[in-house]
Amino acid sequence: MAKTHVTMKVNGAEVEGLVEPRTLLVHFIRESLGMTGTHIGCETTHCGACTVDIDGMSVKSCTMFAVQAQGSDITTVEGMANADGSLSALQEGFRMMHGLQCGFCTPGMIMRAHRLLKENPSPSEEEIRMGISGNICRCTGYQNIVRAIQYAAAKLNGIEFKEAAE
Amino acid sequence: MNDLTPTREQRTAALEGLGCKRKRVEDIRFTQGKGNYVDDVKLPGMLHGDFVRSPHAHARVKSINSEEALKVPGVLAVITAETLKTVNLAWMPTLAGDVQMVLADGKVLFQNQEVAFVVATDRYAADDGVNKVVVEYEPLQPLVDPFKSMAPDAPVLREDLAGKTTGAHGPRKHHNHIFEWTVGDKDLTDAAFRKAEVTIKEMISYHRTHPSPLETCQCVCSFDKIKGELTIWGTFQAPHVIRTVVSLIAKLPEQKIHVISPDIGGGFGNKVGAYPGYICAAVASIVTGKPVKWVEDRIENLTATSFARDYHMTTEIAATKDGKVTGLRVHVLADHGAFDACADPSKWPAGFFNIVTGSYDFPTAHLAVDGVYTNKAPGGVAYRCSFRVTEAAYCIERAMDILAQKLGMDPAELRLKNFIKPEQFPYHSALGWEYDSGDYHTAMRKMMETTGYAALRKEQAEKRAAFKRGETREVMGLGVSFFTEIVGAGPSKNCDILGIAMFDSCEIRMHPTGAGIARMGTKSQGQGHETTWAQIIATEIGIPADNIQVEEGNTDTAPYGLGTYGSRSTPVAGAAIAMAARKIKAKAQMIAAYKLEVHEDDLEWDIDGFRVKGLPEKFMSMKDICWAAYNSVPPGMEPGLEAVSYYDPPNMTYPFGAYLCVMDIDVDTGVYKVRRFYALDDCGTRINPMIIEGQVHGGLTEAFAIAMGQEIRYDDTGNVVTGSFMDFFMPTAVETPHWETDFTVTPSPHHPIGAKGVGESPNVGGVPAFSNAVNDAFAFLGATHIQMPHDYWRNWKAAKTLGAVA
Repeated sequence: MAKTHVTMKVNGAEVEGLVEPRTLLVHFIRESLGMTGTHIGCETTHCGACTVDIDGMSVKSCTMFAVQAQGSDITTVEGMANADGSLSALQEGFRMMHGLQCGFCTPGMIMRAHRLLKENPSPSEEEIRMGISGNICRCTGYQNIVRAIQYAAAKLNGIEFKEAAE
Repeated sequence: MNDLTPTREQRTAALEGLGCKRKRVEDIRFTQGKGNYVDDVKLPGMLHGDFVRSPHAHARVKSINSEEALKVPGVLAVITAETLKTVNLAWMPTLAGDVQMVLADGKVLFQNQEVAFVVATDRYAADDGVNKVVVEYEPLQPLVDPFKSMAPDAPVLREDLAGKTTGAHGPRKHHNHIFEWTVGDKDLTDAAFRKAEVTIKEMISYHRTHPSPLETCQCVCSFDKIKGELTIWGTFQAPHVIRTVVSLIAKLPEQKIHVISPDIGGGFGNKVGAYPGYICAAVASIVTGKPVKWVEDRIENLTATSFARDYHMTTEIAATKDGKVTGLRVHVLADHGAFDACADPSKWPAGFFNIVTGSYDFPTAHLAVDGVYTNKAPGGVAYRCSFRVTEAAYCIERAMDILAQKLGMDPAELRLKNFIKPEQFPYHSALGWEYDSGDYHTAMRKMMETTGYAALRKEQAEKRAAFKRGETREVMGLGVSFFTEIVGAGPSKNCDILGIAMFDSCEIRMHPTGAGIARMGTKSQGQGHETTWAQIIATEIGIPADNIQVEEGNTDTAPYGLGTYGSRSTPVAGAAIAMAARKIKAKAQMIAAYKLEVHEDDLEWDIDGFRVKGLPEKFMSMKDICWAAYNSVPPGMEPGLEAVSYYDPPNMTYPFGAYLCVMDIDVDTGVYKVRRFYALDDCGTRINPMIIEGQVHGGLTEAFAIAMGQEIRYDDTGNVVTGSFMDFFMPTAVETPHWETDFTVTPSPHHPIGAKGVGESPNVGGVPAFSNAVNDAFAFLGATHIQMPHDYWRNWKAAKTLGAVA
């Protein structure tokens, strides 16, 4: 099958590649660019493990062709740590609040939470739950993911994180 | 002592040992996308395999034509059963003593069964090839309903078993019968029923579902023709067992097989068994001389690699009229699908279902299980539970509620009346188990007090009255569940897999600087072993957990173990870790005695080192002992500080818990709301409370999914109608309730650190709590037992059947 040349920005770096028109963006990211943090859990747009940030929106990269991302600005989980290599507020929140177990949904969850907090810097629990409802986690039961995002929101807003009483 | 000398509390805290909410080591890489899962493995020249699958549930395969597929650019080979027969691998043995087709051999027996394996240069080309393979089928009558499987005119599914009247577990009664397994005293139980003042009888079904971890099953097989070595990266919960199985069936020397389980994206029982994809990828690598990757997609995962449950349990309880149970009789019809590929210890065709007497003191009981074949996917894995334990817990917990309803007793009161008493432990159950420890009354009362159970019952009575007066259309249910699990398989006297005793192992090597590496036969799939195993070692030998590297999953380096499933890691490997650490400590004591110039018996352990009794200033830290182990050991002693332990547990462990679900259901829509869910777990000694709480949240969420909608459903012709996340209920953060967790601590008397295991308890106890809540909500309208799953539509239908909806 004839291949098409694509260029895009991924985690701040210009990248290019030859792809078939049918190549999914997630396969381009994982296999051509070798960034395997973005995962595949369902291929039907339900689980959100493949979520990346494209031009300021959360996108499930299993449901977009690589050619559709031509010229776009993409952030994946590999681009989430602070410039000095330390964990970002969200990554730290997931660790501190035990918001992950097997880690397979985590990159997609973090990417979705990243955009959620840009859209709504101080979300309520209900808004967080609705905001991550396109991402499935099989391990945590979500409760600690909600706390992880609350932790990050507090840190980014410069306020002390207080856990809601049981 | 100056100001800089750490206090005892500070020294203990620095270890981050047992009982500490240590943050997870794994999270540093997982939060940065730096985990290494199987699909992340990329080898030079790697090929991809994909399956041609059957659209039919039951059909004869007339022909397979690969001609057009082989013309597709990138397609290198199409493997069929005929290819596999040349290496004697068209069929493979199952863990349950049956055999299973690797690729369709003459017939297909379930929808999406593997028919041919297409190997190509990339996954897209493989898929193109799959679409070009032409298979001619002659459809046969499908058998979907297990209750019709043993009818005289039922179609013959397994032609390979023609004339075989005996299977791996005894006589077969019918061509679709697999085994009958009976336990208990039938005569005594029948007599108890004859004398009973009150009896109940109900057919309680636990529907077919699927573990569905977010990462599907996958592998990369790489055969090195020069060395004759096969390396397999795979999503294996039990890598050593896979190595042995591959060695036995592929006739390769075991030392030439390297099995590596890298990071695993959840298992929940799905990744215990051996699947056709593994065999085909291995054969394809041997044939092509190149590495071959096989990655299952979600539809394949839900429809082909294993399932869970599908137990239909006719349950009877005999009791006195004041509510003392006197007998239990259960018959199970077990739907195993097309092949018996249950992942149970070899001698247990129905797993540990004989834990079905639960937490109650039944003087007698009898159990019979009939396993049957149907045109459905094979499997029968323990989806987040010990082998068939969740089925057993659901059976007895539902039945106890039905008995309470018949007696007009409160379900909690009935349970309290029949609990095994603390002084009865170790308790010998009527169906053959020896429960190690428990304090059920304390746990139940704590649940009732914390939740305000009495007040909730009062509120329910008021709401029921209001409903009857027509003032509300909402019904309220209280789901009580008190479960006893049996985990930690297991003692070699009763547990093996293919003849290998179900021990587990740990090897610890301490380095000169006071750091070390520990390797185990288990394999974490999210349980956080790298974090918690180091905590056990930290407390045992006084080295900070941060200084202990934990490594699992590589059969070349880890000691042989039976893997992680059935909540066996903590009960078995956790014990091996403590025992290996104690061997390290014993040698360290000899070294310390030599260096401090005293007799060993004059030393006492003090948090992180040895101290001379009565001379507190004479102290040698474990860190210093590690150094000494490499330069100045006592004369005659070998240098170094290492130990290995293979632990064969003397008994299983029996975690337990008391759960309460408070639910409101709108009868006109069937929409339910989980108002409150309280879970008290007793898993003995608690290694890391943060991780325990996380495990409980996750297990409850899976229980919620199963009870309230998650089902693998087939239509009458054997089509799977819930084969993707569109139809297979997978709760999101919106549907998932808020969880309240609590605990009591009753250590296991036989485990070195008293721990029992927890990962599966919430699934085992959670399902009956949800189902009992729904049934309790409708009980006052005349319901006795409503089958799971309790989705909105079924709730509405129940309300309608009961006349609550016009």
